Order: sequence, then C-alpha cells, then structure tokens
Amino acid sequence: MEYTAKDYKSDQYVRWCPGCGDHAIVNVLQKAMAELGIPPHKIAVISGIGCSSRLPYYMGTYGFHTIHGRGAAIATGVKTANPDLTVWLATGDGDCLAIGGNHFIHALRRNVNLNILLFNNKIYGLTKGQYSPTSDRGAITKSSPYGTVEDPFVPAELTFGARGHFFARTLDVDLAVSKEVMVAAGRHKGAAVVEVLQNCVIFNDQIHKYVADREFRAERTIHLRQGEKMLFGKDNNKGLVLDGLQLKAVTIGENGVTLDDILVHDATTQDNFLHHRLAMMDGHSLPLAVGVIRAAEAPVYDEEVKEQVESVRCKNPKKTLRDLLLSEETWEVK
Amino acid sequence: MSAQTKVKEVEKVVIRFSGDSGDGMQLAGNIFSNISAAIGNEISTFPDYPAEIRAPQGTLGGVSGFQVHIGSGVHTPGDKADVLVAMNPAALKTNIKFVKSDGVVIFDTDSFSKSDLDKAAFKTDDPFAEIGAASIQKVPVPISSMVAASLADTGMDNKSIMRCKNMFALGLVCWLFDRPLDQAAHLLKNKFSKKPTVLEANIKVMTDGYNYGNNIHASVSTYRIETKSVKKGVYTDISGNRATALGLIAASEKSGLPLFLGSYPITPASDILHELAKRKDLGVKVVQAEDEIAGVCTAIGAAFAGDLAATSTSGPGLALKSEAIGLAVMAELPLVVIDVQRGGPSTGMPTKTEQTDLLQALYGRNGESPAVVIAATTPTDCFDMAFNAAKIALEHMTPVILLTDAFIANGSSAWRIPEADEYPEIKPNYVKPEMLEKGWRPYLRDEETKVRYWALPGTEGFMHRLGGLEKDSETSAISTDPQNHQKMVSLRQAKVDYIANCIEPLSVEGEPDADLLVVGWGGTYGHLITAVEEMNAKGMKTALAHFRYINPLPANTAEVLRKYKKVVVCELNSGQFATHLVSKVPGLVVERYNKVQGQPFMVSELVDCFTKLSEEK
Repeated sequence: MEYTAKDYKSDQYVRWCPGCGDHAIVNVLQKAMAELGIPPHKIAVISGIGCSSRLPYYMGTYGFHTIHGRGAAIATGVKTANPDLTVWLATGDGDCLAIGGNHFIHALRRNVNLNILLFNNKIYGLTKGQYSPTSDRGAITKSSPYGTVEDPFVPAELTFGARGHFFARTLDVDLAVSKEVMVAAGRHKGAAVVEVLQNCVIFNDQIHKYVADREFRAERTIHLRQGEKMLFGKDNNKGLVLDGLQLKAVTIGENGVTLDDILVHDATTQDNFLHHRLAMMDGHSLPLAVGVIRAAEAPVYDEEVKEQVESVRCKNPKKTLRDLLLSEETWEVK
Repeated sequence: MSAQTKVKEVEKVVIRFSGDSGDGMQLAGNIFSNISAAIGNEISTFPDYPAEIRAPQGTLGGVSGFQVHIGSGVHTPGDKADVLVAMNPAALKTNIKFVKSDGVVIFDTDSFSKSDLDKAAFKTDDPFAEIGAASIQKVPVPISSMVAASLADTGMDNKSIMRCKNMFALGLVCWLFDRPLDQAAHLLKNKFSKKPTVLEANIKVMTDGYNYGNNIHASVSTYRIETKSVKKGVYTDISGNRATALGLIAASEKSGLPLFLGSYPITPASDILHELAKRKDLGVKVVQAEDEIAGVCTAIGAAFAGDLAATSTSGPGLALKSEAIGLAVMAELPLVVIDVQRGGPSTGMPTKTEQTDLLQALYGRNGESPAVVIAATTPTDCFDMAFNAAKIALEHMTPVILLTDAFIANGSSAWRIPEADEYPEIKPNYVKPEMLEKGWRPYLRDEETKVRYWALPGTEGFMHRLGGLEKDSETSAISTDPQNHQKMVSLRQAKVDYIANCIEPLSVEGEPDADLLVVGWGGTYGHLITAVEEMNAKGMKTALAHFRYINPLPANTAEVLRKYKKVVVCELNSGQFATHLVSKVPGLVVERYNKVQGQPFMVSELVDCFTKLSEEK
C-alpha cells in the first residue's frame, strides 16, 4: 500500500510558535515515513519533555509523550517488548543530553533499533530560555546572565563515545537533506541519531545562522553522500583531503589538487576515526557536515533479546511454569 | 539411635547454623531444611548474611548465619534457637543472643585457639563466660581435626578438606534430630554432580559427623519432632523472592501476555532479577537497565507496547522510580512495581528488614496520584500476591506496588506447587473493533469500573497518543480546563477505589469474639499469628486481622475494626499503617506496637505486649 504524508498526521492543532523550526521537522518526518511505507499502526513515536517532545501528538501513529529525559528508556522498553514496531524518539538537547544523558548513551551502547531525532536549538525553550548542554561557552541566557563557563557537548562526539553506529545531521531549513537522513535512519538497523540543527525563534533566534544562512550555506556546509567525493562550495569545486591525521579543505585546480585527491565518503566503516573528524567540523575553518556521517552495521539489541529468548526457549523441554517446578527438587505428600 | 540417648518430644525446634561466610553454613542449613520438609515437617528458614562480601576470616563482620524452624504450626523462622552450631568464636559471639537460655551450642574446638579468640575480640580465654553463657549446654567437637583425619587419604589439599567442615556439622545435626542421611546425599549429588571427588568427600564427612554424634552419647537431648499431615500435593522449598518472580510468570501464562522485567540490581531484591533472567527459558524478557529510573521506564514502555510489565527494586530504588510511576498513573498503563523493603532511610541497612516504605508507596509521588498498594505476608504468599498484583494491574489499567521485605524475600518455606487451574482468569479491558465506529478515544472508560480500554500498538485503526499531560475526559486531547482536571483526578481515584470490590474481604483469625484485635500487614504475619495463637492457648482471647490489601483497603475494613474494644497495630516502622488506617476509618482509635531495628518481631515481645493490653481495662 502507498502512503502519503497525510496518513501520518493526527487531528491535533500544532501548537509550536509560528516560525519555529519544529514545524518543518514534523512535516518532513511525515513525508519520510510515507517514503518508508510503514503503516501508521506499526509505528510508535515516543518523546520526553520539551518543545520537541510535543511531536507525538501531531503524528497519526501510536505515540507516547512521557517524562523528562526518559524517552530513550521508555522507547527501549517499547522496542524490546515488540520489535515489530518501528520506534521513533523525538527529543531535544536538554531532554536528551542533560537529564536524559544516561539513557541516551545506554540506548546507543546497546544499539536498540530506535530512530532518534535530536532537535538541537542550544537552548531550553519550554522553560523559557535557560542554557542547555549544547549552548556555546559564554552563551548569555536567562540562567547565565554573565555567560556560561562550561563547554558544550557535541552530540556526534557523544554518540561515537557511546559506541553509536549511526549519526546524521541536518538543518531544519534544509528539507531535502532532512528527508534523506530521516529515511536513512529509518532504514538503518540499530540506534540511529539524527541531529537537527533547529531554530528557536523566541529564545535563541538565528543560533545556527552562520551555517544555515542561504547565502553562505554552500561554502560553510558539506553534504556527505555515501560513496561520493567530499565536495562542497558554490561551484562544488572545494573538497576535503587528509593532511596527516587532520582534515583539510582544498580547492580543485589549485596547488595541483585534482578530483582524484578528494576523499570519498564511506559511512559504513566500523572504524569511526574519520566519521569523528568529519562530525567535528563546525563550519568555520572546515564546513559543517550534513547528511549521513556514520552508518555501520552492528548487532541489534532488541533482535538479540528476541533471538536469545527464542533459542533458550526452544532448547528447553519445559514449556510451562509447572513443568519447570516439577523438574526441580520436590517431594510429594500423599 | 542409641538407647542411652534422651529423647525430647517437641512440636517444633529452631536450629541456627553459624560460621565464617566461607564456611558453607547456608548450604548446610538449606540441606537440613529440605530434608526436614521432605519427611513432613513444616519449615521456615531465614538466612542472615553479613553485610560485607568477604570480611577477613574469623572476624565478627564475616559471620554468616542460617536459621531454620521445623515442626508443626511453624509460621516463622523462630525467635531463638534451641541449637546453635558455631564454627568459630566470632560466630558464637554474634549469635549467642539468638539462642534460648536452655539451648545447646555445638562448637568446633579446633577453631577456638587464642588467635581465633583474638580475631573475635574476646579478651579472656573463656569465651562462654565472657558473653554470659557459662551455663549453656555445650557440645565441644573437634570438627576441623576430625574432618582432616577423615579425608587424610583422599589426596585433597588442606583448603579443600576444610571446605567440608560444614558437612560434618550437618551430619552431627542430622543425628541430633534423627534425619535420614540418604536424602541429604541425594541433594549433594545434584549440587556436586560435576565434581565427583568433592561429592564423595562431602558425603564421607557428613556420615562421619552423624556417626560421631551417635558414638559420643553427648549429654544432650535429642529431639523427635512432630510431623503433621499437610495438604496432598507436590512440594518444593521456595524463597519469597523466587516466589515473587514465579507469581509474575504464572500471571503471564494466565493472561497470555509476555512477561517483561526492567530492573536494576539492588539488595535485597536482585534475586527477582536473577530468577527472571534465567526464565528466558520460559519466554521472559529481561532488561538490566542502566539505572532504577530506566528499570521502571523500560517496563512502562513494554506495558505501552502490550506486555505484562514489571520492575523490581528496594526502597531507594522506589524513590528514584516515583516520577515514572506517576506517569503510569496518568497514562493509565498496567505496571507491577515490586519493592522488597529494607532498612532506611537513604542507603540505611540494605540486608536488614523493615516495613518503612509504606507511606512512600502510598503517597511518594507528585500530584493526586493514586496507585494500588498490596503486600505479601509470607515467602509463599509472595507468589500469590505477585500474581494478584499483575491481575489487578492488567484488569484495572493501573500501577500496582507490591511490598515485600528482606525477611520474607530471603526466607523460605515449603510450598505446594499449584495447578494452573487453581488461579483465576486475567481479563484485561481490551478495545473491541466495533468501538471505532463510535468514535473511540484512549481515555474513554468503562462506566462501572472506570477502567479505560487498552489498545495495543500494532492494532489497525486504534492509533492514539498517551502522555503525562492532563487529558480531556471526552476527547483525550491535552487539556488544562479546570473542571476537566477535577473530573479526571476524581476518575483516577474512583478507578482505584473500585478495586475494593474485586479483592477478598478482611478476615479475622484467632478468636473472633476477643476484645483485643491485633492488626498487621505484610511480612509480619508469621510472628503475629504465632503470638496470637500463643495468647489463645493461654486462654487470653485475641484476634488477628492481617492486611494484604492496603490501597484500596478491603471494603469491610471499618466494619471489622469497629467491632473490637481495643485494636493494636503492629508494624516494623514508626506507625505508618496505623496512620493510614486512622485516616481511612473515621473515628478509629488504635494502639501501636512499633519496632525499627532492622529485625523481625520476636513472638515473645508480641505476647508480652498483647498480655499487657489484655490485662489493662
């Protein structure tokens, strides 16, 4: 059966602020789901707390808006209990990386087959403007009137540190890349993290402007595609090469650089060294990477649980609790 | 048995095995209780582990004990022991307080040297006098040297030989209580099936211990213990924690829903996690979560997805889970939370027993957040109450907190293995396809029971969104409407209150027409009923009302309690259930008997209290 985005919409009025990046994300997600073609009743969308976590109410699937930070743990339970469901998790930088950090890293370590949409606006929106674990050092917010004195997490680095096998990045304003990475996350087996650089129009407006601005986006971002040369720039004539252990941006035709010198992107390698280098580029000296940065295969937790239960169950001649008890140390009173 | 031996006929007897945590006292105690159960005794056992994993050998901190009560009319592991086996001075020192004044101490003279006495911080060379037990009956036995002699020709190294000391003690105690050794040998064969040398050595030493007892004609009475005919059936020995785990499996079989456990290790609840992890062979799914919160949250996720979901913990873990339990209240999902209570607050006394989590279970959540709270009374009742917890959760779409405690969780008793048809059906309130035509919404509910209908993800047509935000009672959309919130608060409360109609009424044991009613709840049942029986045997009429259902209370609670002139609520806390009862039964006046020492009640202290209450008019 063919599905359209409309099949994944609920009847609820969308209550995010006008101009919020979340509107684009939910619309793209519904399109991505239509492309993936999974029936709405086979999908569960789980969330924690925060602006982003309102998302399940707008989806025509099964949904559960839970408590702050615990979405990853609840989603792990949903997926382990019923691996036939496709499980999405909508979460934000505060929900996922502050209060929910522990559940996030363990969901990645276990490699639960979840599609995690991490809305990163570098601010707490729903509580009205405090700094988050991804706010830049020095960020001035309601709770850091003199600037923060702490370094932020880079979600990709945390993902790799937790042994995550899938990481993609997109901008809320880039609908094509957003859809592409959501579809890729949906198809990936295992925990897939999609970081969406999202704009909070009220409390952190234009925080991603440096990379998202249309005028400069081609120069300041690079769209990584599996098996393709790492090229960027308005004229697509710039590329990435390795200089020792560091990435370097070069221009084809300058200093004897040819297309052959440019790196080819392979998201599927088990070794994440280059994925890490690519993910750490921030748009300043090197372009910010969008697209699927890492997508490596690994055993999937919920499948392993299911297979282990099936295999020990199959080998066990005792089929019921009573069979089990009668096979143990007992005595009979006649 | 030798003709010269004095034989005491007794109804029941308490034996306590004690030694270094490496001395194998738990194994000796377990085997002894299993043999006793197999020959028709009622049994109740309680292991007393040291808090330290491996304290230095011979020191007070490393003493491990195992107490078993055998005979007829056995409801508890017994206040004090008739016989103590002490493998070293530290064991003697820490356990003498658990021995009756006319009791017997069997001790290993080989481990009572000066350096052994020093390790146990004895200051003189007469340990019995030093602890005020000079007049106790003593049976000095050179256990270590006899074990060494017994196994001298086996070629085993000294360390392995000394590991068999527990079997000598077991053999000796088996002689003392006239237990057949063949049953013990059978149990050892299962235990050491892969180590034939160890098996042979253990059986030899045990037999030598038995023969030694027979030969020395020690000036100690031997006992013949009364056996009683119990209900016909196949029996096994089961601990409260294992019974809890198996009760959930029984509920899973009855309901046809897979069992899911999300849990994080915590003393004294971890054995539930261990047992269910093993029971993957019966289809159980177990997630050892990254923390207590994830334990309950994975369970809530599994409940949403349509499993019978549970989480197991102890007091500190329940505190961490409280926000998530509130989510299950709000989302109206079935969830079983097992709290094996231990000494608190904070880390408290992890290996010791208390009933101090009651108010936390009842009220430890934000907002108006009613949850069902029930409690198991004995190790075997843990099976029934875990089953009932699951049944209530699934049929009423609510979290159910099952309170057990370290005492009944680690204690064990003989248990008749039930037939599957002995337990009631479990029928969750599932959605029906025809509801879709009438505009089904997730928070629409049964008019009578107030239970919402359960639609499992994966079902076509019933896609819906749940959440922790308040919902409109009709449309199930997010709502902050004042009147709607009031209505939803009342509906959630009414749903829990309705359960009073579905549980057994409160019954009274002992002498129902007494003036004095003893009230208890949960794991103190064994001590309370024993004390009440003793009172009645002495001609002082006493009744017992013991609660398994705490929220809601049985529908006839007020009616029963008001019949009595005097009501005394006995609990291992500072009066939490008494407070709850008084708040739920207007005008009720109660006496309180409380103890918060990390130890169960003593029957003797209860009898003293009840006697005093009966005498004052």
